[in-house]
Amino acid sequence: MQFWVIQTLNSLSLGGLLFLLAAGFSLIFGLLRIANLTHGALYMLGAYLGASILNHVPSLAFAAFAGGLIVAAFGGLFERLILRRLAGNELGQVLVTLGVAYIIADLCLMVWGGDPIPVPTPDALQQPLEIAGFMFPSYRLAVVVVAVATGIALYLLIERTRLGAMIRAGVDDRQMARAVGIPVSRLFTTVFCLGAGLAGAGGIIGGPIMSAYPGLDFDMLPLALIVVILGGVGSLVGAFVGSFIIGFVYTFGIALFPQLAYVILFLPMIVVIAFRPRGLFGRTT
Amino acid sequence: MRINRRRFLQSASAAAGAAALGFPAIVRAQGEPIRLGLMTVKTGPLASGGLDMERALVMYLRERNNMLAGRKVELFVGDSAGNPAQAKSKIQELVEKDHIHVMIGPLAAGEALATDDYIREQKLPTLSVAAAEDMTQRKPNPWFVRGTSTSSQCSQPLADYCYKTLKYRRMAVIADDIPYGHEMCAGFQRVFEDLGGKIVQKTFPPLTVPDYGTYLAQLCTNIDGIFLGFAGSNGFRYVRQFNEYGLHGKVNIVGGMTALDEAVLRNMKYEAIGIITTCWYSATLDNPLNKKFAAAFRAEAKYDPGFYAAATYVEAAVLETALNAIRGKVEDKVALMKALRAIRADTVRGPVSFDRFGNVVGNVYIRKVERDEGRLVNAVVYTYPNVSQFWTYNPEAFLKNPVYSRDWPPAKNLGC
Repeated sequence: MQFWVIQTLNSLSLGGLLFLLAAGFSLIFGLLRIANLTHGALYMLGAYLGASILNHVPSLAFAAFAGGLIVAAFGGLFERLILRRLAGNELGQVLVTLGVAYIIADLCLMVWGGDPIPVPTPDALQQPLEIAGFMFPSYRLAVVVVAVATGIALYLLIERTRLGAMIRAGVDDRQMARAVGIPVSRLFTTVFCLGAGLAGAGGIIGGPIMSAYPGLDFDMLPLALIVVILGGVGSLVGAFVGSFIIGFVYTFGIALFPQLAYVILFLPMIVVIAFRPRGLFGRTT
Repeated sequence: MRINRRRFLQSASAAAGAAALGFPAIVRAQGEPIRLGLMTVKTGPLASGGLDMERALVMYLRERNNMLAGRKVELFVGDSAGNPAQAKSKIQELVEKDHIHVMIGPLAAGEALATDDYIREQKLPTLSVAAAEDMTQRKPNPWFVRGTSTSSQCSQPLADYCYKTLKYRRMAVIADDIPYGHEMCAGFQRVFEDLGGKIVQKTFPPLTVPDYGTYLAQLCTNIDGIFLGFAGSNGFRYVRQFNEYGLHGKVNIVGGMTALDEAVLRNMKYEAIGIITTCWYSATLDNPLNKKFAAAFRAEAKYDPGFYAAATYVEAAVLETALNAIRGKVEDKVALMKALRAIRADTVRGPVSFDRFGNVVGNVYIRKVERDEGRLVNAVVYTYPNVSQFWTYNPEAFLKNPVYSRDWPPAKNLGC
């Protein structure tokens, strides 16, 4: 019993972390049709910025907000100055995102050095909670709450606002959206900022669990890819459901079959691609 | 830096002084300088250790005015980014373009294994810090010596310490799912179980797993202690998450030689205090060479030297001793390798010598994380003198067994 309770909580908290990572990736992928391979690096950049901001202002919420804004601004500049010039050349764009990911990684190495840097857990959430006779970190439960709140906020943004309607239109049919007068160009930048900002904030919120360390970028990137491909490109609901599916499958998978960690991570994705090439919630066009 | 008259005069007189000191040596030198290659990692996830390697080697040479055995030394540095394929092409560059005589490095076991054939083919004298067991056991490379330790050379004495001194009887092991992790745990398990202890849980999470939550929830808590065989930042994250799950004080932690290196200790707080680890070095070692080195390194880098800095400094001392023994004739590779295996060198880790496989015999230290002057240090609590890679086993019998791995020795006592 205890095993199931604790691993369920672990699954939820991993799912929450994955959603914070993957939501922005999915948005960018859906609208710009680019697998943004800088996403892991932006997540790592967020974690490092968070650690530095927390040295001056001891509030994780503030750090996530400020760090997210900085990373969003960086993402906007990247989209405007570099990706924009390669419009239409999607393979080139993907390659550039990979190159920039390496550049960010080396800049982080220069600025923060090669050693892992802890991101402190907020004082109020430092004590573990006792659940079913087992201690569970309260911060991880808070992460689930933050992920769900972020999910709801994004859902409302996409489904209930004018900006969201434009984004949806762009995801469905870029040409037609442009033809009916939607400023697709500005929309691209906005979404890229939003996606990058989410990655940065996600890195800070994940920081107390994972810390900031060189290599965090490429530890996280495959997870974002798996979630988005499983859930369906450009679908927020897909990213949300995909995150929690991967959270559960991965956690229970390695708890029950510890030798098969990577198989378990990729297996659901392969199965879904085989039967639903556009992912669980991807739309067919 | 702006150059004013005073600074110019300072550096000019320093240069003149150095020239005056170095002059007799240059006369003695056999013409060409010794071309020394350092194969390290300056970018990517392993860069922290790799940069320390370069810093320590540059320090070593600078302290000797860039002279070893009466010859000037030219240093060539290659960066593999920790990638075995890149390590190979960079070593080719060091050999074929820079014409190095001898190499220190590479850093990681995967890089050493990927370049093993090339080192044999080129007959390149190599002093490595990579721990892969079989490079000095069942498949010894005649051009390879290691002044640090094999993967299990430090974990075997720790198992002895856990059983005899700490009186642990039931333990778990967890390590990165790479040969280094497997070999460390296997050596630990073999010695611990041969003494009569039981390893009741063995776990190998992927090297790049960002979160140990699932593994922590699985940990047997009715044990005396858990052995951590992590590298890089993984030990740091494991210990932090261990505390997050409220396990601090419930299960004792002991660690391998890279689990809580000085490099990660400086970013840790109370959570690490009291943890016992094993290594062939500690920045707090009380010998004259190390006191000087640790103080100088701290003055320059603002932190304590750890595994990689000390490893390179040790390898440099071993190289210098061997070069002195052959009077600087680095071109005679066979004589150099013979000297490397025959010498006894005094280093910052204490005295070392080499077995016939090219692996070091030297002290292994059991250390405990303590607070000292506001920082965490690995204080030495016990010394195992002159430890061989075969521990106390007979080398011939040892080598008849399969190499340490995930599944050897087999675990017979699993189950919480």
